[in-house]
Amino acid sequence: MATEILMPALSPTMTEGKLARWLKKEGDAVNSGDVLAEIETDKATMEVEAIEEGILGRILTAEGTEGVAVNTPIAILVEEGEAVPDNIDTPKSAASAEALPVAQPVASAPVSAPVSAPVEEEKDWGETQEITVREALRDALAAELQRDPDVFLMGEEVAQYQGAYKISQGLLQEFGEKRVIDMPIAEHGFTGMAVGAALTGLKPVVEFMTMNFSMQAIDHIINSAAKTLYMSGGQMGCPIVFRGPNGPASRVGAQHSQCYGSWYAHVPGLKVVVPWSSADAKGLLRAAIRDPNPVVVLENEILYGRKFPCPIDEDFIVPIGKAKIERTGSDVTIVAFSIAVTTALDAAAELAKQGIEAEVINLRSLRPLDTDTIVESVKKTSRLVTVEEGWPFAGIGAEVAMQIIEHAFDWLDAPPARVTGVDVPMPFAANLEKLALPQPEDVVKAALGLM
Amino acid sequence: MGTNAKQVGKAGNNGPSLTRDQFLKAYYDMLLIRRFEEKAGQLYGMGLIGGFCHLYIGQEAVVVGIQMSLKDGDKLITSYRDHGQMLVAGMTPRGVMAELTGRSTGYSHGKGGSMHMFSREKNFYGGHGIVGAQVSLGIGLAFANKYRDTDEVSVAYFGDGAANQGQVYESFNLAALLKLPCIFVIENNRYGMGTAVERASASHELYKNGEPWGIPGKRVDGMDVAAVYAAAEEAVKHCREGKGPYLLEMMTYRYRGHSMSDPAKYRTRDEVDEVRKTRDPIEHVKHILLDSGVTEAELKTMETEIKGIVNDSAEFAQTSPEPDPAELYTDVVLEA
Ligand SMILES: Cc1ncc(C[n+]2csc(CCOP(=O)(O)OP(=O)(O)O)c2C)c(N)n1
Ligand SMILES: [Mg+2]
Repeated sequence: MATEILMPALSPTMTEGKLARWLKKEGDAVNSGDVLAEIETDKATMEVEAIEEGILGRILTAEGTEGVAVNTPIAILVEEGEAVPDNIDTPKSAASAEALPVAQPVASAPVSAPVSAPVEEEKDWGETQEITVREALRDALAAELQRDPDVFLMGEEVAQYQGAYKISQGLLQEFGEKRVIDMPIAEHGFTGMAVGAALTGLKPVVEFMTMNFSMQAIDHIINSAAKTLYMSGGQMGCPIVFRGPNGPASRVGAQHSQCYGSWYAHVPGLKVVVPWSSADAKGLLRAAIRDPNPVVVLENEILYGRKFPCPIDEDFIVPIGKAKIERTGSDVTIVAFSIAVTTALDAAAELAKQGIEAEVINLRSLRPLDTDTIVESVKKTSRLVTVEEGWPFAGIGAEVAMQIIEHAFDWLDAPPARVTGVDVPMPFAANLEKLALPQPEDVVKAALGLM
Repeated sequence: MGTNAKQVGKAGNNGPSLTRDQFLKAYYDMLLIRRFEEKAGQLYGMGLIGGFCHLYIGQEAVVVGIQMSLKDGDKLITSYRDHGQMLVAGMTPRGVMAELTGRSTGYSHGKGGSMHMFSREKNFYGGHGIVGAQVSLGIGLAFANKYRDTDEVSVAYFGDGAANQGQVYESFNLAALLKLPCIFVIENNRYGMGTAVERASASHELYKNGEPWGIPGKRVDGMDVAAVYAAAEEAVKHCREGKGPYLLEMMTYRYRGHSMSDPAKYRTRDEVDEVRKTRDPIEHVKHILLDSGVTEAELKTMETEIKGIVNDSAEFAQTSPEPDPAELYTDVVLEA
């Protein structure tokens, strides 16, 4: 049967081209793969190969013709012994490029970052005990390793050394080397390996010695872990946890002092939690390990040694996506996460002395963000201050402020204010480092500025 | 510089050959890939496939030979040049072609495209657009095999260009260190886009690249399906026995451009023609079959059947609906 050879699109953007030269002439036998013609596009000269075998029956577009639109018939291919028809009635496919139904944007599409799904009121877990954040994280790991044989912990120095920051103390002894695995210093490779294992359904917990080093592996965190569920049409979930100390520690300089909150919270397909207290740490890490999605747990080295009350209930867990009001107040809402919650509470105590009652919200989760809780609070206080150790530009404060502008603009009595780390790489000198980080005084000043 | 046809393949492997039935099956599988890819190229030319589309034409013997020594449960992962792998893994031509055209009936419901397709059922773990990523992910698949105490193996395919990525060597170390049942298959088709191997890699014997970690490596004529099969048998056995990873360098050649828009200025037409004429993996098997008494008519019947399957997949891919607009928001996260 005679078939038309159409002007092909040779690049994603090509709409027309010049038929520069025919390499076969009418009557020539053609095998699939033979070069038929050369086409010049705006970018390059390219060769058109035959897709079917046959005889080049007729050339419809002479060489030298410019502006030949993609899909124009340029020649007719016939079978041996077949007469060349004058024209061919090609049934237009139901779904040729033009005829395709164009996807219409959905009117109610969410344009902003997703807000949290409604989570039930947090349960009262009863009796608590003072433990350090370090113990809380260790307990969470031990409990989840105990609960699910598919969970394992891997990272640099997690096993024999007992954890660079002693988070995994005793876990090797308790669970053995199959479940607690030391890794060579190869973040890119071992993170890819962990993601591959997670795609099969295992539940790795990847410890980065600090989150700074996760930049070596960020391609696997984003491209391989976060996007695969979507790219696979829902087939390939990736139940994995990436965790480690995040943000400035103390006097370790620029390369070891950075907050990744904004970086990871930017990515659809990831969840990001930012524990402050021991209860946050234990409850959120357990939830992260059980979550069927990739979850980034941003811990804080300075908090590791701090003590907080933590429920002793064996089933204690904190749902991802729910902020916590750490202090109630009616005059200004201060939103913070991780160690900045301490800064915010210190500032609130100072403000109280001046007769201003601040409400302090501990975000606990950056993605999904508990916008409801922040909005409710701002509707009450009419003022918003955000506090974070990360940089200001495109930071979490910027997102929180925008959420408030979208959802509670009419309730605001003053523009939102943000208190952040200073927009410079972290300096080493003690005085400069202190100046680079948000202090309670900065928060007090920002709050007073809104009154 | 460049390549002459004799450099492509012909690494002197004389392993066990295939039975006539195996050759017939290999011929069928290779031809299915070739015709499928030609059709994909055609649909691309018609504007029905957009973006990047990397064809596997010329390299068919590699996946077909390797697949013959695998069993159910073995896991596969590769780069964006993934159509051939998917077809031999048993994924349907319809589902693959429909994904290429971005339709709801595609393996990823139109949300992955040519470079990002997966099948949990067939243990095909993608389809990865980041050069080299599949190697680290691939050892993770092998890690899971071992963690679960199975004798399953994983195959991580990557290109000669990808062999320059740092994570490949981190993965070699990890796989050897943890004795992971992973077969690394370098598909050395002589070029990474327009860069010839010898312009990108100080080591020209890529099969030796695992030596520092004690990974056995072998260079194989990737245009000869029997040679590929023989080498794969050895590699699979090594991995199943718990001896750790194995590296195969398949000397092969891609006939078409890197992707659809390829200026083809980095190699000559003669070079391509000569490989096609003298080293074609499908023609090679065809001659063996004809010599063994299979008739032209039998092969023609097979060819017709394949054409039917491919045309059906193209029809399906063109007439299936695009994804529902609501699909934009699904599959981002799973319910906790
Ligand atoms: C990390 C990364 N860098 C660059 C690219 C762009 N790119 C896509 S394919 C390719 C060439 C890879 O060649 P090779 O590994 O030999 O595989 P082949 O295409 O020959 O199968 C490049 C540079 C990419 N996708 N990912
Ligand atoms: Mg290559």
